[in-house]
Amino acid sequence: MATVKHWSGEIHALLRAWRADLVSYVPDAGHANLIGLCRADRATRTVPLATEEEGVALATGAWLGGTRHVMLMQSSGVGNCVNMFAMLKTCQVPFLTLVTMRGDFGEFHPWQMPMGQGTPGAFALMDFVVLRADRAEDVVPAVEAGLKFSFNSYNRVAVLLGQRLLGAKDFRKVRE
Amino acid sequence: MKLDRREVVKELLTERRDLLVVAGLGACAWDITAAGDTPLNFPLWGAMGGATMVGLGLALAQPKRPVLVITGDGEMLMSMSSLATIAAQRPKNLAIVVLDNEQYGETGHQATHTAMGADLPAVARGCGFAKASVITKMSALPALRRAIHKKAGLQFASIKITPADYPKVLPPRDGAWLKHRMRVALLGERAHE
Repeated sequence: MATVKHWSGEIHALLRAWRADLVSYVPDAGHANLIGLCRADRATRTVPLATEEEGVALATGAWLGGTRHVMLMQSSGVGNCVNMFAMLKTCQVPFLTLVTMRGDFGEFHPWQMPMGQGTPGAFALMDFVVLRADRAEDVVPAVEAGLKFSFNSYNRVAVLLGQRLLGAKDFRKVRE
Repeated sequence: MKLDRREVVKELLTERRDLLVVAGLGACAWDITAAGDTPLNFPLWGAMGGATMVGLGLALAQPKRPVLVITGDGEMLMSMSSLATIAAQRPKNLAIVVLDNEQYGETGHQATHTAMGADLPAVARGCGFAKASVITKMSALPALRRAIHKKAGLQFASIKITPADYPKVLPPRDGAWLKHRMRVALLGERAHE
């Protein structure tokens, strides 16, 4: 899966180029490579979260202090964040999250379906700009656009990394 | 002994110099404002359960400054998992102080879980906080304040307070402005990048 490794490395390089020095995450197999790259990189401070809404508040504090933050999560975590997203809008805090999708394209697991299908709507509810990447060649342009929309134009942005890109059957393949 | 919340906060914010303060929504936000509103205060008007993680983000972004989160027991109960997240980072410049009146003061004085046996300092210790105390005397506060200013390591303190209500001393409520004034104070021209 060379292309999969390729886009994780490309995202990591983009985060460094944009000085996103703080990366928080709730682990997901689809993010495993990127989490590993961020943790191995001494210039990036990584914060494992116990639940996703922690990352929204973390982003606000980091921005208050002048640090750019990006959160990595799975679509199932988006619903956990909805009320906390209000702070981003009220305080006009730029925010970028990269979301690996479940329940999105050929999902096997029925319990992943409601939040996977509800993810774009949950973001729309809280006034996010939502971008998607469903092919490897779409990942870098989508993440770069997300970085611009958040840190240049002060928006709340989600980049959805689709299940078509990640593969629906077995996320462990990302590690191969 | 249960302490007076306004006296506690006034004491903690004495000679505050470069101390950054995040207050949880409700009475804690009014308390820090009663002690003196400044650009170095970030009082939350909402985002219940977010105060401690805002504090962590600020502490990581501004490692040379002490950061103090002052919040209530109800707000802390909503984000107990953040104590594990914060302890894993071990920022030396962060202190979390819970003003514990064992009630949801803003909603009609319903009992919180700390009135029913929940022990927040024990939770903090269990999550990895090396220092987690219960404070029941005003005389313990100067030492806590000095430790905060020394950035002597991550710490947690639960201060037992009376459930008395005080007149609301409201901070500005425009979140964008509260954010911007702190960024300008900390970053100067870089706040506008």
